[in-house]
Order: sequence, then C-alpha cells, then structure tokens
Amino acid sequence: MAEPVLEVRGLKKHFPVRHGLLGRGRTWVKAVDGVDFAIHPGETLGLIGESGCGKTTTSKLILLQETPTAGSIAFEGRDIAGLEGTELMAYRRAVQVVFQDPFSSLSPRMRVEDIIAEPLEIHTDLSRAAIGNRVGEVLELVGLQPDVAPLFPHEFSGGQRQRIAIARALATNTRLIVLDEPVSALDVSVRAQIINQLEHLQRSLGVSYLFIGHDLATVAHISHRIAVMYLGKIVESADSDTLCARPMHPYTKALFAAALPSHPDDQQQERTIAGEVPSALRLPSGCRFHPRCPSAMPVCSEVEPTLQPRDVGGVVACHLYG
Amino acid sequence: MNMGGPDMAPQRSARPGPVLEVSDLQTHFFSFGGTRVVKAVDRVSFTLHEGETLGLVGESGSGKTTTCLSIVGLLPRAARIVGGSVVFEGEDLTRKSQRELRRIRGRRIAMILQDPMASLNPLFTIFRQVAEPAFFHQQLRGRSLRERVQHLLRAVRIPSPEWRMREYPHQMSGGMRQRIVGAIALAGGPSLVIADEPTTNLDVTIQAQYLDLLKDIQRETGVALIFVTHNLGIVAKMCDKVAVMYAGKLIERGPVRELFDDPKHPYTRALLGAVPKLGSKEPLYSIPGQPPNLANLPAGCSFHPRCPEAVPRCVSEEPGDFHLGDGTVARCWLVEGKNEAGAHRGRTRS
Amino acid sequence: MATIPADTRLAPGRAAAGRLRAVIKAAREAPQAAVVILGGLMLVAIFADLIAPYDPTLPVQGANVFDPPFWMEGGRAMTLLGTDFQGRDILSRLIHGARVSLIVGLMGTLVAGSIGTAMGILSGYVGGWVDQIIMRVTDAWLALPAIVFAIFLAAMVGPSMWNIIIILGAVYWTRYARVIRGEVLTLREREFVKLAEIAGASKWRVIKRHILPNVMNTATVLASLTVGVVIIAEASLSFLGVGVPPPQPAWGLMLSEARSTLMAGQWWLTVFPGLCILLIVLATQLFGDWLRVRLDPQLRNL
Repeated sequence: MAEPVLEVRGLKKHFPVRHGLLGRGRTWVKAVDGVDFAIHPGETLGLIGESGCGKTTTSKLILLQETPTAGSIAFEGRDIAGLEGTELMAYRRAVQVVFQDPFSSLSPRMRVEDIIAEPLEIHTDLSRAAIGNRVGEVLELVGLQPDVAPLFPHEFSGGQRQRIAIARALATNTRLIVLDEPVSALDVSVRAQIINQLEHLQRSLGVSYLFIGHDLATVAHISHRIAVMYLGKIVESADSDTLCARPMHPYTKALFAAALPSHPDDQQQERTIAGEVPSALRLPSGCRFHPRCPSAMPVCSEVEPTLQPRDVGGVVACHLYG
Repeated sequence: MNMGGPDMAPQRSARPGPVLEVSDLQTHFFSFGGTRVVKAVDRVSFTLHEGETLGLVGESGSGKTTTCLSIVGLLPRAARIVGGSVVFEGEDLTRKSQRELRRIRGRRIAMILQDPMASLNPLFTIFRQVAEPAFFHQQLRGRSLRERVQHLLRAVRIPSPEWRMREYPHQMSGGMRQRIVGAIALAGGPSLVIADEPTTNLDVTIQAQYLDLLKDIQRETGVALIFVTHNLGIVAKMCDKVAVMYAGKLIERGPVRELFDDPKHPYTRALLGAVPKLGSKEPLYSIPGQPPNLANLPAGCSFHPRCPEAVPRCVSEEPGDFHLGDGTVARCWLVEGKNEAGAHRGRTRS
Repeated sequence: MATIPADTRLAPGRAAAGRLRAVIKAAREAPQAAVVILGGLMLVAIFADLIAPYDPTLPVQGANVFDPPFWMEGGRAMTLLGTDFQGRDILSRLIHGARVSLIVGLMGTLVAGSIGTAMGILSGYVGGWVDQIIMRVTDAWLALPAIVFAIFLAAMVGPSMWNIIIILGAVYWTRYARVIRGEVLTLREREFVKLAEIAGASKWRVIKRHILPNVMNTATVLASLTVGVVIIAEASLSFLGVGVPPPQPAWGLMLSEARSTLMAGQWWLTVFPGLCILLIVLATQLFGDWLRVRLDPQLRNL
C-alpha cells in the first residue's frame, strides 16, 4: 500500500485543570490518550464518538491548533512537530478544514471570491487574474456558478455556504481535508447533496478526508474505514463495511443500537445502554467503558484492554475478545 | 419501576374522538403594514388520538414550528391565524382568549423545546422549576409538593431525585436537563405534548435513551405526542402517523408504515432517499435546488421546480388533498385517481 | 368624563413617558434633525472666515463693551448677539468657536479611537503578557477621573488646541480598548478566524483582513458617542483655563471669561455659548444612537 498521507502514532493531549484555592491543585484531563491511525491517499477515515470523546481535540492537533503532549503526527512521512518556515507553510497549504457551522466559518464582511482566495494569497504569488480563475474553477468543482464570486456570504443558504467552505478548502490543491461534522447543521435534502459532492470530489481529485461525526449512518456512508473513540481512546477500528456487518466492542454495539432505524419495522431489539459519558476528569479504572458496559467482567475494572486484531479484520480493545 | 401512579394519569374526560383535530389551519405573517403576506401555514389538517404520536416532518422554513405555535396560541406578533380550526378535546382553541389559552398551556398541552438550557431558569433550583405547575395548578404545598416533584423526576429517570432536585440546571448534563424539561411538561398531567426537535443537541446514545423514555411515559399515561423533527429516523422509531410539510403546506400525511413503504408524494420519496442507511454505500438521492422562499412561492405546486416527476399541470394548478385507500392523504397531481377513497376533496385553483 | 374612551385615559406620567419614548424612537429612526444640526455646524466651521461678520479676536470698531443683543434696549444690528468685555462680537466668536469645538471633538475622537482600537485588538488577539500589560494600564487609566487627568496633562504640556487634542485622545482611548478587546475575544473564537490561522495566515493578516473589518462597526458607534464627551471635555478644560488659550474663540473659554459678569446681568455672554455646547452634544449623541441601532442588528428591532 502507498505511503499514508497522515500517520498518527501514540498521540496524547492532556490539559491541566487547576482547582482549589489559588489554583494549587492540578489534575489532568486526558482529552486524547494514545491514539493511532493512518489515512491513505484518496481515502476517508471516519472518526466517530460522542461529545467529550476527544475527536475534536484530535482534529485540533492535526491542524496545529494545539501541540501534542506526546506522540507524533507524520504528514507524508515527515513529523509535523517543529516544522518551520517553508515546510510549515507547505503543510498549512496541504491540510485544510471544513467546520460544522457554515454561518460562522465565512467572514460576513468578505466577498466569496476573497474568502476562497485567502489560502491562495497566503501560499502562492499568483496574479490577481490567475487567482480569479482558480476561484472560478473551484466554485465550479463544488457545483456553484463562478459568477457568485462577488457576492457576500449572507446571500447564500446553509448548503451553499458549506459548498463555499469546501471550495476554499480545495483551492490550494489540498491533500487532506478535516471535515468536522460538515453536514450536521444542514437540512436532510441539502445534507445528501453535500455528501454526494464530497464523495464525487474525492473520486475526481484523490483528496483524503478525516470525517468527524456522531451520526453512525452518515459516517459509515462516506468513510472507507471507521475508528470509534471513547474517552480519548480508539476502542475499535475497521473497514466501514466489516464494522457495520460485525461491530465487536460493546460501545460500538451500543452506538449501533442507538442509531435511528431507517424503517419503522427495523427496530433494534437491544435496549440502549444506560448512563452518560463520565467526566474526563475522573476516568474509570481499567477499561474506560466498563461502568456502562452491559457485558462487563471483573477484569474490566482492573486491567485496561489493548487494541488486538479482530478475526475479521480491524482492531478492537475489549477483554471479551482477549 | 412503577411510574404510572394515579396522579400521573392525565385528568381527561372520557370523551371519544381525537385529542386534537386541526383542520384547514392557515397562519399568515404580515409585514410592511400588511402589504406583504407570507403563508407560513397553508391549509394544514391532521388529527391525533389518545396515545398516538404524530411526526411533523419538514426542512427548516417549512412551517412545522409555526404550525405548533398556532396550536398553542404563541405566535409572534406579526403572525395571525386567518382560517381553519384547532379543536383540542372538543374546544376550538382558535376562538379562545389568551387568558383561557394560558390555562390550557402547561396543563393540558405541554411543550418541550430544542434547547433545554433556554427552557430552564439558571437561577432557580430544579425543585422550584418542576414544582411550579403543581404549586399553582394543583395547590400542593410542603411535603406533598416535595413528593410530587420527586415522583416526576423519578418518572423521567433522574437518579436520586431527592438530591438532584436541589441542584441548578448548570450542574446537569444536556441529557439530564432535557429530561427535567420533560418532567416539567408532565407536571400538569397533559393530554398533548408537543416536542419541537427535543433531541437535536443530544449525543446519539443519550438521544436513544430519551426517545425510549418518552415512549415509556406515553405507554403509561396515554398522552398524545406531536414530534416536530427533520430526522426521518426519529419518525421511524417513534411515530404512528406522519405529516410531511413543504413550503407551508402539508403535502402528505398518513400511517407511518404506509409512508415508509409506499411514499406517495415525490418530495417524501426524495426525503427518504436522501437519508444514508446503515451499511449501504448506495449514492444518496439529492433533491436539486433549494427550498423555496415562502414570500415568493412558485405557481402551481410549490415543489414543481425541484420535482423530478413534474407534469405540465403541476406548473399551472395547485393540487388539493387526495385521500387514498391505505389511509394516506397526498397533495400531488400524480396520485389523482389512484385508488382514491370515496369522494375526494381535491380542490383546484387557477 | 364618561365620554372619553377607556384606552386614552392614561396617567399623565405615563403619557409623558410615552411621548418621550416616541421622541427617542423618532430620533432613532430618522436622524434628520441631528444630521441637519451637525451638517450646519460643520458648514459654519468650514466657512467661518466668510460668515463671521468680524474678526473674533479683535474688538468691533464703534461698538461698546457689553453691548446687549439687538432686540434688547441698547442693542444694535451691527452686533446681533451683543459684545463681550473687550467689545468683541459674540456671534463671530461663536461661529469661530464651532470650528474649535468640531476640530477638537473629531480629531480628539480620532486619536482616542485609533489608539484604543489598536490597543484593544492587540490586547484581545495577541493575548498573553501583552494583554496583561494593556489591561492593567487601562485599569489604572480608568481609576483616574478623566478630567483631573486631562488637567494634569494640560498643565504639563501647556495650552494649545493641538495639545488638547492629543491629551483628550490619551485620556479617552481606554474605553475603546475595553470594548474592542471584548469584541475581539469573541471574534477570535469564530470559525472564519480559525480557518485563516489554519490556512497559515500571519497574525498581521488575520488582524487586517478578519478582525479589523469586524470591529469597525463597534468602533464607529463608539466614536460617534465619544465626540460629545470630548467636546464637553474641551469646553471644561478651556473653562478652567488649561484648554484653548485666549484670545482664540472657544465656547468653553467664552463661558470662563463671562463667569465674573454672569451675576451682573450680562446673560448673553454665557447663555449663547452654553446653548451651542448643548446643541452640538445633543446632536452627536442622537446621531450616535441612531448609528448604533443601524449598525447593531440585535438592537435594530428594539
């Protein structure tokens, strides 16, 4: 297999939390606690989990908005920690992001052409006319007319704004786009448009996606591989198809049980799991999922399971399959 | 867990017939001194019986929230009901004064909104907020009030309610807060609860817990539910009936199975095709274009510019309701004459 | 009184409050009055040399000292609003005084606004120790009474119109810094700012392209509301003798010079400059309020 676009090894991010009088006490929130994954060219990795599982922190680490406590992120074989000058700019150019809220991610005082042109202005010394051409090109790529370039964002609907955000992310021949819940804020019909558009763009441009989401059906639809996160760790990861056909970790199973049916007749038999995600300040001992796990055993509260190969491919961290 | 104590049952007269019957409801927004009229709700009809759940489905701006606000009489100042009726337990709510409506709201009709933080007052304890309806409407005091509150909190699965009720909203998780809002809604023993996208901000496992809880409560109290949502998965999981709205009109309504098995209106079909299904990689059906602007609707059927099956008639004439054999009602020219039940009320307008 | 319909029987207080609210609402919706006053004063200030009948610094030939306005006994048409203790024409001094007031008001606001906006953006966007230093300085600044501080500075650098402008700018920049910093703190968390950072934009570029354009509304509104305050401060400084030096015609200075004669019955020396100050401050405030409602979408529906 070709060299991965992005390879994450043992990634950790711990935030200090001060408490007590004068902030003398200090505990650590382990937002991301030892995460490994790789994304290959033209591939989509789906990162799924509930709020507080560390998926957003992971994306911030990749986007260099936070520095890791430990571990490494390698982009096309080079560690991105300590990149400087032109190498840093090359990374900034190759990795872009699309956020969830299309109303917050476009500056209300800039025209569409200036919004899309911004990465080009930063990273290239193209002439005004060449930049204008490129803006028209990427607008067409995302299914908008090039003549919308001089308009302001408020003249567009949510779906169109999200297209503009994608166009901007594509402008600099991007290799990897972090998609942070890009369709969660959109209406159903528009959501399908954007998902189809993203899939089409990947096929024609070979760009890789890290798709972060909480809706299992959407993530499974767009992703080639899926990693399930719970409290800062990946608990299971496999090909999208095999994971859907045979989820093994009890948390993954719980997510499937909680997924909404697509027809009134395919109601899940299993009851949904009880309880809520515990605070990352007080992590449970042993397996982090054991207080909510329907099949927890005595060993689960003592020994933290490690990721082991699944018999059908992929990996899972659970004592049931030790 | 026994939660169906006698005081949980809604105080309802044993009246036959539907709990709620909305017929030809029209709500318009007036702006610029009445010179511009936006038909936010245009001739919407549906009925709801005891213990039933209706899913009111539509995209943003389709008029589903305005429909609900019309039912409870909480419309913004620019909006007015201009036609039709909302008959709740035999009484037409559109003819009631605000004072009479206030007595009905919170007691016999309750609402659960999307953002629980906005529904809860951050300065008051959970006890005070849950106790309020019982304090005012049922005149409970002291120990019986405390027991009533604990009972309600237990009904929405708040663990150790005797401690939790002394806490403030910010000390609770999002799922817990939404359940508190549910407890407040149940406090008056309502016979109708309108839930407006109550799970949008919740995580998937918490959403599933909350939906299960609502179902259990409904089974025990027989309350009728209107579930406003854009998520067809929630409809499939929760609802007995569905009403699909588009551009202020109810374009299809009927039993949930019929709608999922055999959607009649092209818009309903498109919506169902647009939702990703677990384990399927088939391309999604995407409806071209954007939902129309209500202030400037296309002539004829509002959906025709985006409809893949539109015929010339759709451009010129607006279809009326066609009642079909399987209990569904669709507003589309394509179903005209297809096993229509009895005398159809199809109406034409040039 | 049985014939009066019930809904018109308002308590007198409520009726007055209602009328006041109506006036405020009208002023917010239609800035014409404020624009006419400000525009008129601006024209007067620009063309003061052409309009003013006399040199404002010299006594009028053939006039006495303390001539009353023309409609009073002893008043003359050649000095419409009377003369002062040196026999100078009040009207000419008022006309030239408008120039001083407007220049000091606008330039002082510009100086305060520029320093304050720059500091607020620096403080809010760069953060860290820069933020700490700037905020501690503004704390110290705000703890001092503005006018006392201004008097102190004026006494140090000596009186002149341009010194007054710098001093008032230096005194009033802190309120901008505070408000702008708050605005920047929320802007910094907006996703379009993060997107620019992730795309590799430099801090300077983010400030220039994303922060500054988005705080300009707030800065403009603050400016329009500060002009009046600066004009009053200038008048106060001039009144106290540390502002615009005589014989320059400034409204505050005119008030000061007439102080001793106020009780002697020469009211025109104080009333006219006082009215001018009232008029210009009221007009700037009304205009500022209208601007605030126009530019702040959240207030537009109030």
